[in-house]
Amino acid sequence: MSISKIKFDKKIVLSFWIILIALIIAAPTLLPVFRLNLLGRYLSLSIVALGVDLIWGYTGLLSLGQGIFFALGGYCAAMYLQITSSSEFPNNIPEFFALYGVEKLPFFWEPFKSAIFTFFAIWIIPALVAGLIGFLVFRNRIKGVYFSILTQASLLVFFNFFNGQQKLINGTNGLKTDVTQLFGQMVGSESMQRIFFWITAILVIAAWFFAKWVVKGRFGNILIGIRDDEPRVRFTGYNPVIFKTIIFSIAGGLAGISGALYTVQSGIVSPQFMTVPFSIEMVIWVAVGGRGTLLGAILGAVFINYAKSLVSEALPASWMFIQGGLFILVVTALPEGVLGWIQGDGPRNFLQRFGLKRKIETYPSLEVNNKEGNNE
Amino acid sequence: MELLLDSLFNGVAIGSVLLVAALGLAIVFGLMGVINLAHGELMMLGAYTTYVTQLIFKLPILKPFYNSYIIVSIFLAFIVSGVVGILLEKTIIRKLYGSPLETLLATWGVSLILQQFVRSVPLAYGTGLVISLLIGLFLPTTFPLKIKESINFKYFKFSSWIFAALTGVLTGSLISSSVSKLSRASARNVDVTAPSWMRGQVEIIGTAFPKTRLMIIVITLISVIAITLFLNQSAWGMRIRAVTQNRQMSDCLGISTEKVDIITFGIGSGLAGVAGVAVSLLGSVGPNVGGNYIVGCFMVVVLGGVGNLLGTVLASFGIGIMTDLIGAGRLLSIWPDMPLPLSNTINFFATTSMARVMIFALIVIFLQFKPTGLFPQKGRMVEN
Repeated sequence: MSISKIKFDKKIVLSFWIILIALIIAAPTLLPVFRLNLLGRYLSLSIVALGVDLIWGYTGLLSLGQGIFFALGGYCAAMYLQITSSSEFPNNIPEFFALYGVEKLPFFWEPFKSAIFTFFAIWIIPALVAGLIGFLVFRNRIKGVYFSILTQASLLVFFNFFNGQQKLINGTNGLKTDVTQLFGQMVGSESMQRIFFWITAILVIAAWFFAKWVVKGRFGNILIGIRDDEPRVRFTGYNPVIFKTIIFSIAGGLAGISGALYTVQSGIVSPQFMTVPFSIEMVIWVAVGGRGTLLGAILGAVFINYAKSLVSEALPASWMFIQGGLFILVVTALPEGVLGWIQGDGPRNFLQRFGLKRKIETYPSLEVNNKEGNNE
Repeated sequence: MELLLDSLFNGVAIGSVLLVAALGLAIVFGLMGVINLAHGELMMLGAYTTYVTQLIFKLPILKPFYNSYIIVSIFLAFIVSGVVGILLEKTIIRKLYGSPLETLLATWGVSLILQQFVRSVPLAYGTGLVISLLIGLFLPTTFPLKIKESINFKYFKFSSWIFAALTGVLTGSLISSSVSKLSRASARNVDVTAPSWMRGQVEIIGTAFPKTRLMIIVITLISVIAITLFLNQSAWGMRIRAVTQNRQMSDCLGISTEKVDIITFGIGSGLAGVAGVAVSLLGSVGPNVGGNYIVGCFMVVVLGGVGNLLGTVLASFGIGIMTDLIGAGRLLSIWPDMPLPLSNTINFFATTSMARVMIFALIVIFLQFKPTGLFPQKGRMVEN
């Protein structure tokens, strides 16, 4: 992967941030409620994409099971919302329990009565589960495609479990959140949704900076080392298991936050979050945006989902073709994604093809390195 | 005793579906190292082939042979899925050898396209397309050597593709005008009805076994034997094994690795088609039918150990018998007076979906002890 990155002027960076913040503040008044809600959802999806980018783009672990952690975060948030708004129902437990004749709250619901516990549970529980799964898999040096298959199998385990347990978590129907109350306000109401949008936008930026901090410095270097040559990292004296487990659990935590935000904005969490296609879609957002570029993951998630909703509204049948084509195209023609292509030699080669830019005669990497050297 | 036999048969029946589905994958993944997530969709194509064959055999000309349509459809399904697989190999997978994760994503894209294809294209024209692919890919290889080596071969190739396209369009419109059910696209599931000789049950040692299940076991048995014989006895089988073990050395010794890749992938995909016939006998056929099997297939291959057919066989029967034991709660009826906590646990897992949870959990635990499956490959180069 090319190391060269375009260095932006400080003024450009500053004005970019000002425009971004202005857009975030103005979005609720500019966009109709429906579109705003969609944008909020897609922004929350970009947090899980950041996690996928950390483990796949930087560490080389292709997880097809991020849906587990996404849904776990969503379930944590939904359980809290359901239980705090259950005072008018019989036995003071959420309404759906009555359908299955359950009278006592299952034990694992108890701690979710507390807001503070829930606040931590949303990211700690997915992170712990991810850490456990990751540790068990990495300990045996299971890697590459075997890791992908095993994460997919775990996804199915969780899906079947959540789908089958009506009496514990309402099974396939999922937990609704839009009619529940939070701080005396309906979660599905317009004013709450606006607040959720802002929270999401802030958290996306926070997650971006967090991810940047993670991949910077020695920790990030080891991650990239694991991606490019794991045995060599091991021979130099590092234990890749620990690093892989940590980064996988960080990605799990990010997925949990993302799931919780997505749940409160879409109004429901259900085992559908743990289906196989959804988890693979997360990978394609990152692949299209550019793996190994954090901004690419965010932009990929938002743009592909927006395109999906626009295309599905206009031509419902064609989205599957487009999505399938995207998978093939990105893998065969744009392996570094759109942003990776722009940051690499893509545009220059593209312009050269039409004779618009002079061809470099020397060995290209020499030329690029010289330029970089001058800048620094 | 009877109970045990019943359980064993059910287990073998579940296992044989898994086995026939995983067999193609074991070849593609085990021998070539290619993760083909479109394997389930190749199965789906096989299942749809059975449906189309059945409808065509209902035409007045073929009506007398209606009862044998299922046998014919096995061969047709092998060819249809095989041809689609070969096309896949030639266009996409060939570029991605050595990067399995990329292959995984690309084949997932292919599977989405195939699913949507059967939803939005009438099956009659789908059949026409497959026929033109078949002719276009294979007609040039039947030309005499003199033409093949001539400088104008590309014109011959081109004209054979035109001929293929024409034949495809003609057969497509012929089928769509004669079988009305195939002339419209539909996302609805379709049903394959077994011919009369396959309905009903057979009694073996006092227990009734459904004939379709027996048929699936027979199909599986024949596929396993055929593929084992092919790999171990035929010249191409030997070449495939040679390329699997050492690609560069085989290349140096004059084996065309490109051809070997095409043949291996074609056979693996063809076996997926055969599995599709088996699956179509079990329930209705829809665009998503393959997705139900794909993860199970991968688990079978991983559990059995990559590159080993015996492991695949044992793993799938093992999973099948375990699924039946856990899913039907049979342990309770075998051992009725077990302690209460244990029987509660067994009851908790005694549904189809919870049995899957248990099985996958058991497999993950098993892989903790034997990360490379039941029968790992031995040697120095295995690590990578």
